[in-house]
Amino acid sequence: MAKVPVQFTLNGSEKAEFVEGGTTLLHALRDKIGDTSPKGGCHQGTCGACSVIIDGELKLSCLTLAETCGGTDIRTTSGLAEAGVLHPLQRAFLDAFATQCGFCTPGMIMAAKVLLDHTPNPSRDEVVEALSGNICRCTGYEPIIQAVLTAARANSQNAA
Amino acid sequence: MALALQTFPTVRDANAALKAAGTRYLGGGTLVVRAANEGDVLVSSLVRSTDPALSGIAVADGRARIGASVTMAAIARHPELGAIAKAARAVGGPAIRNMATVGGNLFAPAPYGDFAVTLLALDATVSTDDGELPIGDFLAKRDDNHAIVTSVSFALPKAESFRFLKVSRVKPKGVSVLSIAAALEQAGDGAVSSARIALGCMADRPMRARAAEKALIGKRLDRDGIAAALAAAGEGTSPITDPIASAWYRAEVLPVHLGRLLLT
Repeated sequence: MAKVPVQFTLNGSEKAEFVEGGTTLLHALRDKIGDTSPKGGCHQGTCGACSVIIDGELKLSCLTLAETCGGTDIRTTSGLAEAGVLHPLQRAFLDAFATQCGFCTPGMIMAAKVLLDHTPNPSRDEVVEALSGNICRCTGYEPIIQAVLTAARANSQNAA
Repeated sequence: MALALQTFPTVRDANAALKAAGTRYLGGGTLVVRAANEGDVLVSSLVRSTDPALSGIAVADGRARIGASVTMAAIARHPELGAIAKAARAVGGPAIRNMATVGGNLFAPAPYGDFAVTLLALDATVSTDDGELPIGDFLAKRDDNHAIVTSVSFALPKAESFRFLKVSRVKPKGVSVLSIAAALEQAGDGAVSSARIALGCMADRPMRARAAEKALIGKRLDRDGIAAALAAAGEGTSPITDPIASAWYRAEVLPVHLGRLLLT
């Protein structure tokens, strides 16, 4: 089958690839482009480990076909740090021990980033709701929730 | 396995391409890409349409028309669809709600399809290029449907006359044990004058609880008034058994949850 060209912006850089028909965005990112921050967990839309931000909306890259992403702006966790300085969410996850095995972390961080982009000072309930599509089998969630609340506070202090 | 995806600017052209064997329509991807990821060999090619008519929400004269490509997130945040926002928010987590469409929800097998339960309680009309069907008839024949759903339309309920409950083990997001949507009109003295109650997970697709509806007419929504409806709630049901709950459990808890919904 003929390969299909697809072009999009990944973390601010133009990317162009030829993909086989039916290739998921997750597969294209990890195995074609080499951004392994989104993880393939369930491939069913249940675990959230593959979460990325497409044109400002949280999406599951395992259920998104790469060829439907032409011209979009895609953000993944690997693009968050700037000049070697971790994003406040990454810093907070590390400090709060919110990452153990780390497999769910990139998805959690993207889900949290979308929340903080729209709701800079979320309530605990809003954090829980925002992370409700992401499964973690290590932490019991509490350190993750605390990390997101801490990052929100750090952001608002920086903005003040 | 490679999947050929064809994109068409109009629903008419997409409908023509959909006639080929092994072809499925790609909406948000939460059903069909999932099936492909699981190795469903019945899916060999995909069709989608970028027709703008599929992605609009129009509210006029008390009726809402929602394009089939509209996502659960778009419904949940639409200022004029507040009465049913809760049902849209009950679907999946945030990422799923940004992808899952109204059209796809009509085809979601139990335990999914909670929004279709709402549409059934609202007595929605399902539109395709072949015409319009009442949602009950559409759901009954959905396995043989070969025309792309273009929109659903329904009379917008008043917030106080529409009730929705999704029961799940994991909070706030979990797969349904069951879901119930109820559109109830009450006379001035509180007696129920009309009732449509739809159930999710109590069959392989959303179904009406017609015996319970009938038993509610003329009754007040108090413990005595709803007793007959609760006793009849399970009539005609054949709940699914899955890792979330057995058919027996679903049948046992249905009257309990229906009672809670009616008494709220």
